[in-house]
Amino acid sequence: MRQDTEVLLRQILADVLGLKPGQADGFSAETGLFGHLPELDSMAVAGLLTEMEDRLDILIDDDEIDGEMLETFGSLLEFVVTKRTGRTSGDD
Amino acid sequence: MTPASWPCPRPDGTTGAELALAFDDFRRWRLLIVPALFDEANRMRRFTVEVMRRLDNAGVDCFLPDLPGCNESFEPLDHQTPETWQMAMTAAARHFRASHVLGIRGGALFMPAGLPGWRYAPAKGATILRQMMRARILASREAGRVESQEQLLAEGLDNGLELSGYRLGGDFLGAFQSAVPKVAAGVSDIEQGMLGGSGLWLRAEPDEDREQADALAAILAIGIKA
Repeated sequence: MRQDTEVLLRQILADVLGLKPGQADGFSAETGLFGHLPELDSMAVAGLLTEMEDRLDILIDDDEIDGEMLETFGSLLEFVVTKRTGRTSGDD
Repeated sequence: MTPASWPCPRPDGTTGAELALAFDDFRRWRLLIVPALFDEANRMRRFTVEVMRRLDNAGVDCFLPDLPGCNESFEPLDHQTPETWQMAMTAAARHFRASHVLGIRGGALFMPAGLPGWRYAPAKGATILRQMMRARILASREAGRVESQEQLLAEGLDNGLELSGYRLGGDFLGAFQSAVPKVAAGVSDIEQGMLGGSGLWLRAEPDEDREQADALAAILAIGIKA
């Protein structure tokens, strides 16, 4: 599950940032996102979150969104993995 | 490609003038394109025009009208409602004698009735609104203000709401949040997967994609001439 989620999240980021195939593979847990990439402004982040909801089949409350969760690829991945694990904990 | 003016009905019953980008060679096949909305309109505009260039080369006239209150329009955006936009696109289709229609993303909500055509990656009003409210909440949070979607929507329904620089009226918000693209005879969906690559409306910065424009133009040209 974690690995699938990671692949999907890299793909979503590549789509939002307009990266070439494979370019998001270089993202590490420490790669900075919101506040580090100038093109990732509030509108782009809003699009990113909506796309994450659609493709990762999760719902994100606005009060869950904070700078820390969006700061690095690692923290965003952690957030999504927790969300998805929580949702499917009954069937795993 | 030339700018063309077309008569557009106003909410008060008078008629204004709006602009459209037009490739008009008085040909038999004439496609009206209802553009993507708000921020997505900016990110999709170049792609849309690239598709129009290809259709022109393929022998299809095409028209990209402004929605009243958007782009080059002089009309106040906060006086518009989904109904005025629907009326506007119906008037544009009549003026340009469209034979087919394409609605892009949220534009699929305002396609004139009775024309065969396509909805490219159609979006619900609620989805578009949710994303714009989220962008505002994030920007406000950066500035130290706490807002919520419920509170913004409640205030907006009474007094209107500014989202991503777009001032929307209460009546607009009320109707738009429940607007869903209508299923109509002769209208089919073009999903993003059919074009390859990811949707350009997702991009943080406006971008272009030659292969996607080729693919969309080919689907439209073949369908129009079928």
